[in-house]
Amino acid sequence: MDTEILARIQFAFTIAFHYIYPPLSIGLGLLMVIFEGLYIKTKIKDYHTLAKFWTKIFALTFGIGVVTGIVMEFEFGTNWATYSRYVGDVFGSALAAEGIFAFALESGFLGVLLFGWNRVKPWVHFVATVGVFLGSMFSAVWIVVANSWQQTPAGYHIVGEGLNARAEITDFWAMVFNPSSVDRLLHVWLGAFLAGAFLVLSVHAYYILKGRFIIISKKAFKIALTVATIFSLAQLFAGHKSAEGVAKNQPAKLAALEGHFDANAPADMYVMGWVDKKNKSVTGLKIPGGLSFLLHYDFEAPVQGLNDFPKDEIPSQINAVFQFYHIMVAIGIALIILTVYASIQWKRRKLFKQRWLLWAFVFAVFLPQIANQVGWFAAEMGRQPWVVYGHLRTSEAFSQAVTDNQILFSLILFLFVYSLLLILFLYLLNKKIKHGPYDDSEEDDRPLTKEISEAITG
Amino acid sequence: METFLGLDYPTWWFLVVGGLFSGYAILDGFDFGAGAWHLFFKKELSRRIALNAVGPVWDGNEVWLVIGGGALFAGFPIMYATFFSSLYIPFMLFLMFIIFRAIAIEFRSKEEMIWWRKLWDICYSISSIMLAFLLGVVLGNVLQGIAIGENFEYTGGPFLEFLNPYALMTGITTLSLFMSHGAIYLLLKTEGRLYTKLTFLLKKGMIFFMVSFGITTLYTLLYIPHLSDEFKSNPLLFFVPVLVFLSIANVPRLASKRKFKRAFFFSSLTIALLLVLVSIELYPDLLMSSIDPKYTITIYNAAASTKSLKIMLTIVAIGAPLVLGYTAFVYRTFRGKVTLDETSY
Repeated sequence: MDTEILARIQFAFTIAFHYIYPPLSIGLGLLMVIFEGLYIKTKIKDYHTLAKFWTKIFALTFGIGVVTGIVMEFEFGTNWATYSRYVGDVFGSALAAEGIFAFALESGFLGVLLFGWNRVKPWVHFVATVGVFLGSMFSAVWIVVANSWQQTPAGYHIVGEGLNARAEITDFWAMVFNPSSVDRLLHVWLGAFLAGAFLVLSVHAYYILKGRFIIISKKAFKIALTVATIFSLAQLFAGHKSAEGVAKNQPAKLAALEGHFDANAPADMYVMGWVDKKNKSVTGLKIPGGLSFLLHYDFEAPVQGLNDFPKDEIPSQINAVFQFYHIMVAIGIALIILTVYASIQWKRRKLFKQRWLLWAFVFAVFLPQIANQVGWFAAEMGRQPWVVYGHLRTSEAFSQAVTDNQILFSLILFLFVYSLLLILFLYLLNKKIKHGPYDDSEEDDRPLTKEISEAITG
Repeated sequence: METFLGLDYPTWWFLVVGGLFSGYAILDGFDFGAGAWHLFFKKELSRRIALNAVGPVWDGNEVWLVIGGGALFAGFPIMYATFFSSLYIPFMLFLMFIIFRAIAIEFRSKEEMIWWRKLWDICYSISSIMLAFLLGVVLGNVLQGIAIGENFEYTGGPFLEFLNPYALMTGITTLSLFMSHGAIYLLLKTEGRLYTKLTFLLKKGMIFFMVSFGITTLYTLLYIPHLSDEFKSNPLLFFVPVLVFLSIANVPRLASKRKFKRAFFFSSLTIALLLVLVSIELYPDLLMSSIDPKYTITIYNAAASTKSLKIMLTIVAIGAPLVLGYTAFVYRTFRGKVTLDETSY
């Protein structure tokens, strides 16, 4: 296979695997801050137990997030040397800022978070928890800024020509606040909060269904449900803002997301569909003029289509981009329906009486993860053939000095190591969940009478 | 070229990157070293104590690698690109071992079974050894120079090229240096039987280091003369190697008096001074071309724009005190001898 394809497969594989974990860390971090904050405020021991339990699971996700993240940082140099030379002046400062402002904060306090329960005062421990959470949020800031700059470059000029051309920074804040940074960051943060909240929902719904740790699980479930409801609704707006940004800054990508071919014509919005690239058409369920309306509040407004662009400046995998995008949107809607419905049932005091609903939450844990993955795929594949939009093609960006055999060798190593990592992660996660939130020394010995149960349900 | 306090910006950034890599070598150096000794501890209790000595800090130590890598990318993009794509195989192996080591530390304590713990002990120790060794191998290749051709592209062999005799020597020397350094760290964190055992191991470690360091130095002087040019042309600089030897000599002296805190300080200083020595030998080159000096990567032809370097120096000026603050806080929280409790590995 040729070097470019192998380098792309390797990058896609390593980043997709990496992207399972940091969103979980950010989302669980938020829940840990809430649990521990409630404990500090109320002194109710259940919140302490929850904070401790979720910290242990957080440690698993964080550890894997860190090591797979180190791989990403060096993969730019190993596999994408031409790209690194081109963007280093701009992209590098964001990456360096990530390391020094964010990663140092989270990893520094992680030791205290994990081992400090009995060593430091409760409020110092809480500060460490907040530190780790903020660190993970800041990490997302700089990584999304770096990626957004590739999507919508700003604050730079190009110097040199041909092989020596490279981007040089002219305005740091314009680079940081490039046209897509803020929209995309909100979108990514919310996706991360949902990934974390839904893991908490899933585990505690499972406990309730199995009749284990019921009192504490109901408390945790309600907190996580509140978080999930607020942020799944917020995601609708963040997602919409993102799409508007794409329409403005990356029109070819937007056209690919909706499979819109006609040049400057009103565009439909598909609920689902299949893109026939050859015949330049989409078959599926659509809202005529829906996309035009969403972007311009007018069903007739023209939207640039793929035919507006030269053939070599549009993504080659249009159907894949379309499908990934639509799966993400569908999941977003499903999460809203699920959380809002559950919240209404909670208001009506019927939340924990519907077993099917709890089972739905047990399995819903996969939905935000899938949405995060396919959303990222749509964003990255939709940007093709550019690695830096409008400037550097992906086909020109990989390392000239690296041979296909070297990449194949490392790809096989990664496949092996990451599979092992995933198996271990799932095994240990399962074990921790089976063990439950209590330490061996303590037990939840409260009798679960009907009254207590009712009181908590209410 | 624009300067700040008499030094040009690429030189400032060279100092920053050098400082970060020194910090990284000192910090991850001791936990790699501690890991390298791991299989020498036979008892389960000793292994747990040794692991808990690095448990709360190893992750924070690796932050320095991430920041150093970012700093190299940002400050010297051309160096970053050529360096990592040329030494592709050693760096990929490095990444694999860093993953293996992290999961070994994280997962060892999660099961009681003896075979499970033994397996992760072996994993932890071997990856620690390999990581220390690979860092040295990379350093050896940088010191000798590699086959860089036009457009800063590497033209040498892809797989085994980097395992040349000199690189093997520097690899072994680095391993032995980190092992001594790690043994001193463990001595600070342990007591009783393990402590006594470590005093013996430290002696062996230091002999191992002295011998390999001696051979490497001799090899460098005899076969890689360009590395001592700087010293020959500027005899004043000879105080640096003198300092290195004094610092090295101090370690066994203090260790024999059981003043391990000071010995650890001098062991850290030794690592820093050795890197200063390397920096003086290289400066202003970053990566020498073994094909033709005109292809050599220097801090000037690899540097980011002055604008970018200024921005990043500001970032570092704000960020570095914060990082040092967290580091101090964590080490303070976990100061003193290791005690095992429910949160231990």
